[in-house]
Amino acid sequence: MIDTLIQGILLGGYYAVIACGLSFMFSVMRIINLAHGSLAVAAAYGLWLLASRFGISPFAGLLIVLPAMAAIGWLLQRYLLERSARGGALLPILTTFGLAIVIDNLMFEQFGADTRSLAPFIGSLSYDSWELPGGIYVGKLAVMTMATAIALLGGLQLFLSRFALGRAIRATAEDPDTAGLVGIDARKANALAAAIAMVTVGIAGAFLAMRATFDPYSGGPQLLFAFEAAVIGGAGSLWGTLIGGIVLGLAQSLGAKVHPQGFLIGGHVVFLAVLFARLFLVGTPIIGRIGFTKTGFAKIRAAIRSTP
Amino acid sequence: MTILSVQNLDVRHGLLQAVRDVSFDLAKGDVLALVGANGAGKTTLLRSLAGAHLPAAGRILLNDQELTLVPSHRRIAMGIALVPEGRRLFSQMTVEENLLLGKTSGRPGDWTIDRVFSAFPNLVPRRHAKTGHLSGGEQQATAIGRALMSNPDILLLDEVSLGLSPLVVDRVYAQLQSLLTSGTTIILVEQDLGRAMGVASRVICMLEGRVVLDSPVKNITRDQVTKAYFGLHRANTGRAAS
Amino acid sequence: MTAIPNGIIIERWTRSSQLALGSVAVALALFAIAPLTLGAGAIDRLTALFIYVILAAMWNALAGFGGLVSVGQQVFFGLGAYFTIRLADAGLNPFLSLFAAALITGAISLPLSFFMLRLKGGEFAIGMWVISALTHMLVNLDRLIQGETGTSLISLNVYESGTRRVVIYWLALASMAALLGILFALLRSRAGAAIQAIRDNEDAATSLGVRVIATKRLLFVLAAFGIAVAGALWLATSTTFQPKTYFSVQWTAYMIFMVLVGGIGKFEGAILGAVLFFVIETFFGAMGVWYLIGLGATAVLFSLFLPHGLWGEIERRFDVRLLPVGYRLKLPGPTKIQWNQ
Repeated sequence: MIDTLIQGILLGGYYAVIACGLSFMFSVMRIINLAHGSLAVAAAYGLWLLASRFGISPFAGLLIVLPAMAAIGWLLQRYLLERSARGGALLPILTTFGLAIVIDNLMFEQFGADTRSLAPFIGSLSYDSWELPGGIYVGKLAVMTMATAIALLGGLQLFLSRFALGRAIRATAEDPDTAGLVGIDARKANALAAAIAMVTVGIAGAFLAMRATFDPYSGGPQLLFAFEAAVIGGAGSLWGTLIGGIVLGLAQSLGAKVHPQGFLIGGHVVFLAVLFARLFLVGTPIIGRIGFTKTGFAKIRAAIRSTP
Repeated sequence: MTILSVQNLDVRHGLLQAVRDVSFDLAKGDVLALVGANGAGKTTLLRSLAGAHLPAAGRILLNDQELTLVPSHRRIAMGIALVPEGRRLFSQMTVEENLLLGKTSGRPGDWTIDRVFSAFPNLVPRRHAKTGHLSGGEQQATAIGRALMSNPDILLLDEVSLGLSPLVVDRVYAQLQSLLTSGTTIILVEQDLGRAMGVASRVICMLEGRVVLDSPVKNITRDQVTKAYFGLHRANTGRAAS
Repeated sequence: MTAIPNGIIIERWTRSSQLALGSVAVALALFAIAPLTLGAGAIDRLTALFIYVILAAMWNALAGFGGLVSVGQQVFFGLGAYFTIRLADAGLNPFLSLFAAALITGAISLPLSFFMLRLKGGEFAIGMWVISALTHMLVNLDRLIQGETGTSLISLNVYESGTRRVVIYWLALASMAALLGILFALLRSRAGAAIQAIRDNEDAATSLGVRVIATKRLLFVLAAFGIAVAGALWLATSTTFQPKTYFSVQWTAYMIFMVLVGGIGKFEGAILGAVLFFVIETFFGAMGVWYLIGLGATAVLFSLFLPHGLWGEIERRFDVRLLPVGYRLKLPGPTKIQWNQ
């Protein structure tokens, strides 16, 4: 049982990584990118191609794939999302959905239906584990994923609060018109935010491919997981996505314990239950602005300080 | 020496023409008071000078440089800063962060956070407060400070007294006083005619989008401005002509 | 047609729209007798066309008129098929099961709407997808379905295959005509005025006292019912039920493609889109994955460059209105103001 809980929590690290880009883009540009999961899978294929074809280790491969993802994010915002968002709030949903179909099927065309994994290219990391007292094993990769999630969220929060570019992104998210009046190029700030979001998507793709297998149509489920984690985490701070990821991971792990099909069902049911509770008991919007709020930071900083 | 030149400017909101054929030149160091009834086009004019609203026709020149179609974020780098109506602070961010955002354009100059705090000492204890939690006067001071942080050559102030109690307005103007006498070029929109004429060197009155009066303050009485404000001068000139 | 003193005329039925309605009636009559002359393959293809028209019209009702973009409408398609299997297995006549299944699905969508309609924009879109994914999993748990192996509508086998084909064809044709008729009537009713007010500006509609949520709920349930009919009919034509084919997001992709290309928020647009999709599928469907890439890319391009679709463009350029769901105002001068867009 404790084993299941630990696995669930660590799985949450992966969900936090894939969710943070989705909620980040939503909070800055008010766009839910339906191609989010497909782009993560595309990054995974990129790494797989580098590893299998050119023998480049996935970790070194990230040095190539992440800048490429940043460029894709920039271009995506500049040439697709920006134009589409001018046509109203609903159009970007359709645009990004169409994009997801294109990406998924291009990958199918290119790589076929076979499932792939990066596990063969990372040596023993994919199965190595540490033994905890009490005979519990925790996978090194899972711990690494969790550590990455924490570092990523912390880094993102630091960037947004302490750096001029981060402030510019927050200002644009709050009021693009006034951002222009203080000298911020809102288009650039949005493109930068999209580039950052895509870097996190690239990292998510790497972990997806290392910890499990993927195929050209894995993007849809990944989008759902990201969305669920972001929604469960709710409004508040980026750290909410970590909590959301952990809740989702726990629900899935416990669900799998109950029934062979319970993994997915557990996740979906908990997601809907949280949604239900929030809509009917609290009555707040579900993803609100993933706040980069000062009070949010202050709370977290206080929390970090209070822990020895 | 002319710093800002506005030539035959037309600005529209869709079908509504808010600013009609407005022209004026502004000399360096001028303090121009823009007065007029609600809906006369003052705010629209200021916003189009700041680049937040692009004009339908006409030209805007800054130091003989064309900037009619330059977007807002580049105008501030060229030296035009607007303190918008309703202050428009980033309410989720602190006073300090709002002020730092004013530096985005990177124009060199004397304004620093510390100087803003010494000009508006009421902000000092609120440095790390979110601007959404400030009082109206503190918010206005932050908005002015944010604009000053860009070291503007021309400062556009849109209704700084809106929604503030008379006492607080007095304080804001007192704090502005050093600025008003320091040689910065300023265009201010102000509902209180007496206050506007007290600080300005020149007054322009707008009516239904047009300039109906443009004069140095010293050559004009408050009564004349009031007449222009309500469009009564036309009746007079009409009678005089007939 | 109402004339107001100073030469302004308010009209609903233009000559072209009267002509159009006449042609629709003729076309339906021709379709009805077509099986007498058509071969089996052609009948099957036309049945598919009717199902596509239903899907497009229903997705358009939801997104184009209700402002609710869903990427989870496959849930109703799948449920329509699933309940048909269930009811037929319980001994109900398979043809009756088709419509009983759609009614059950429509009934389920009502409580669902109380939950889902509280979500906005993209949250509603993906939220529906989650609902669909979960429903897919739950259907898989039903032993009758045997997981992804699936099952088939065996009770249809008692009918001779020729008869079966024609009956399904007629059912599809009748369902399409009825659903389009319901939607048309709805859009022309008082609720239709509310629907169009919501489409144009939701906040303004609310402040005018339009019952936004109730109106959206009506569209949500109608779309669920219609799509369930389509799913049940699809099951009838193919007889096999594999959950992952029916609960596939591909169905929503088709719906989005048809409506985007035809013209979102245009009654005629969805029909045009379905016909185009049918033609494209007939010619390029065999290209497999490139065909899907083409569909996705076309949807992206339309959303970026022609967001009102082909019918929107035709309306704008030629000022035609075939199936009027609004009013138009004719001024005495040469200008025409179109009241309904």
